[in-house]
Amino acid sequence: MNKAKRSDKIATWVIYLLVALVVLILAGILGNILITGVPHLSWHFLTSEASSYQAGGGVRDQLFNSIYLLILTTIISLPIALGAAIYLAEYAKDNWLTNLIRTTIEILSSLPSIVVGLFGYLLFVVQFGFGFSIISGALALTFFNLPILTSNIEQAINGVPQAQREAGLALGLSNWKTIRGIVLPAALPGILTGLILSAGRIFGEAAALIYTAGQSGSTVDYSNWNPFSPTSFLNVMRPAETLAVHIWKVNTEGIISDATIVSAATSALLVIVVIIFNLAARYLGNKLYQKLTAAK
Amino acid sequence: METTTKASYLATFKPDEVALATEDLSVLYGGKVQKLFDASLQFKKNTITALIGASGSGKSTFLRSLNRMNDRVAKINGKIMFHDLDVNQPNINVYELRKNIGMVFQRPNPFPKSIRENITYALKANGQTDKQQLEQIVEESLRAAALWDEVKDKLDKSALALSGGQQQRLCIARALAVKPEILLLDEPASALDPVSTSKLEDTLKQLRLEYTMIMVTHNMQQASRISDYTAFFHLGHVIEYNTTADIFTNPKGQLTEEYIQGSFG
Amino acid sequence: MAKNTEDLKQVVDQAIAQQEVPHVKLNKMGPNSVDINRLTKPSKETRQEYWGKGLTYFAIILIIILVVSIIGFVGVHGLATFFGNHVNVFHFLTSTDWDPGDGKNHVGAAAMIVTSFSVTLLAALVATPFAIAVALFMTEYTSQKGAKFLQSVMELLVGIPSVVYGFLGLTIIVPVVRKLFGGTGFGILSATLVLFVMVLPTITSLTVDALKAVPKHFRQASAALGATHWQTIHKVVLRVATPRILTAIIFGMARAFGEALAVQMVIGNAVLMPANLVSPSATLTSQLTSQMGNTVMGTLPNNALWSLALLLLIMALVFNFLVRLVGKKGQK
Repeated sequence: MNKAKRSDKIATWVIYLLVALVVLILAGILGNILITGVPHLSWHFLTSEASSYQAGGGVRDQLFNSIYLLILTTIISLPIALGAAIYLAEYAKDNWLTNLIRTTIEILSSLPSIVVGLFGYLLFVVQFGFGFSIISGALALTFFNLPILTSNIEQAINGVPQAQREAGLALGLSNWKTIRGIVLPAALPGILTGLILSAGRIFGEAAALIYTAGQSGSTVDYSNWNPFSPTSFLNVMRPAETLAVHIWKVNTEGIISDATIVSAATSALLVIVVIIFNLAARYLGNKLYQKLTAAK
Repeated sequence: METTTKASYLATFKPDEVALATEDLSVLYGGKVQKLFDASLQFKKNTITALIGASGSGKSTFLRSLNRMNDRVAKINGKIMFHDLDVNQPNINVYELRKNIGMVFQRPNPFPKSIRENITYALKANGQTDKQQLEQIVEESLRAAALWDEVKDKLDKSALALSGGQQQRLCIARALAVKPEILLLDEPASALDPVSTSKLEDTLKQLRLEYTMIMVTHNMQQASRISDYTAFFHLGHVIEYNTTADIFTNPKGQLTEEYIQGSFG
Repeated sequence: MAKNTEDLKQVVDQAIAQQEVPHVKLNKMGPNSVDINRLTKPSKETRQEYWGKGLTYFAIILIIILVVSIIGFVGVHGLATFFGNHVNVFHFLTSTDWDPGDGKNHVGAAAMIVTSFSVTLLAALVATPFAIAVALFMTEYTSQKGAKFLQSVMELLVGIPSVVYGFLGLTIIVPVVRKLFGGTGFGILSATLVLFVMVLPTITSLTVDALKAVPKHFRQASAALGATHWQTIHKVVLRVATPRILTAIIFGMARAFGEALAVQMVIGNAVLMPANLVSPSATLTSQLTSQMGNTVMGTLPNNALWSLALLLLIMALVFNFLVRLVGKKGQK
């Protein structure tokens, strides 16, 4: 009995120690990123062009490209993921075909993002001749994003009580009308949370982009609102380097002398944005949930 | 077993009195489990029929089959006659059918929308857009469900803010707004407190003047209080179907008698 | 006389105003007459259903086509090395001679395969005890508040982009490794340490699910027999949860195996059989990342890279299969 008690004590200590280490590691990572990065996050850094050779460049274009890609990817992937999730949650029967479909989606989610990126390169950049472009990048990110977004939305839809569907059907509404008018609004908090969390992933993703959206930007004119003009910031056929790709590039090429400072600041920016996304997802999810279920 | 599950009495009516009838209705779950065997029942217009029986007796299964709510999970054989049409056929438009045979569920399930929208949602989906007409139906159906006086000043508040009993009456109003001929009620009072229950029962009794109602209930007192006819289910078989008075005071089958005595005792 | 009529009118008006008027003129509520013809004809709902269902089918088919074409495209290009350039598959898997520019006898990926597996296994090996400790702490030791805190810690770790991990590895881990072990600091050790942090949240969150799935009565029964907390965990909880914990570890390994940029930044990118943990080498992903842009489509060096991509894809499928296999075993 004494031995058992002693090993119980030791185990408890070991577990506490390992947990403390993990917390310390996270604190170290966050602390390091924020302490080395935030001091360089000046207005100048956010609003000036990146420099290719000397120190002192900013990330204006990269920041815009990241946001633009995020928006485009969301616009493309949301309807597909929504449709697929509705199919899986509402229409799929419990049979071999559904199993096969689920396996397919799982495979897509387990593919390394570099493989997804290379497929995008092969199909869009080379085969379709889009070249390194925002649209190639957005499509590759869509592939990367679809499986997770689909399963998040499916979970949100499954969370809506069956009684709500029955209520709609019993009134003579079609399944589709019931889903669209009753189930989806009720699942909105969950869907939104899933969407924002996936946005965080998209924002930080680089491997799927280096061979699709490219590793360099072109000269961009922010006053040119014609999306078909090659210099317009809205043009989807122009190559575009994002924040995450920028960090990778300045570190592996090592041309600019202040690579570490630029990377630290960009990393801090990325991490802050991702944290904001995380908090927003939680806040909005709770808020909407309360609003939908509140008795007022 | 053969003798005990055989029906001891099944009430029948003149053809023009029948609102809905089933002929040899059987329900199979997952292709294996049979939950209902050859149920043949006629429901008289403008009456309340109670379906009673222990859990698993098949009464709920029977009820949910009548407006084809079980289609996705079960295989339903036999005929469901509605206006001389067998509505248990693949070519039947179930959406139109459900507009004529409404349903209210065990737990109140209002939509997370305003009280008004709960009633108008299905109407709008059916293409009714005239605002005045919608207003009118809202008031009519809420009055019919005896809820109008309690909610007339807060029609735009969330339906979820209502009490359980009010929510259930809202669900009835919502079903009535589609103007069905028949209303199926699946233990409508089981989640309610006694006061709400008696209010709900009063409402149902009044609605009998216009509608035909079929109600599953576990509560024998309730069945005896408000129903005109009662069908007793046992292990998926209809054992006895007669006027409520006869079922409760003069049951013909032994199983019926045992069940009713046991339930009241 | 005229005044009298005025008064009368006023009185009547007032009376009308005070009357309780229903909001609308009420009709008697009642059923619509049944239009039996509508019961056998398609309606608006039928069409809605048709289109709505069609849309969801379209979305799901799109995803299936996507997965099939990814496998198809990568497969075709990856196999071109063997069928087009006649590289021997066995040679590809076992030779360490990687110099595809010099011809088909110099396409050996063994060094990268070994490195990829080494970093994957080592990262999982380091991460698993931490993951299990954190998961145990969250489910068996702490209050809900503590669990919630650690949950946020894990979510933050997941949220940090992989290039940021690579950058931190480059600026913190590589110099430390260099100082401690000499050499350049690039290599398997640095990659392992970076990947350890990256797969930790994956393994942890799935392990938490595994532990939560162990029924409460097991713990109660064990405690009732006088077992200590640790005995209960060690002999009952962990044992019951083992299959699912294994699944968690496989998921973590899949993530480590496929990670590209973070590894590429700290591994050294020299296609050499790793002599030790601190010598520069290259993984499948790092080689793909750094070389794909330097080759020309359709040439042997390019095809050889696609073969590496195919290998990655196959490994993803293998990990997927393993997860299913272990999951099935666990159910028995």
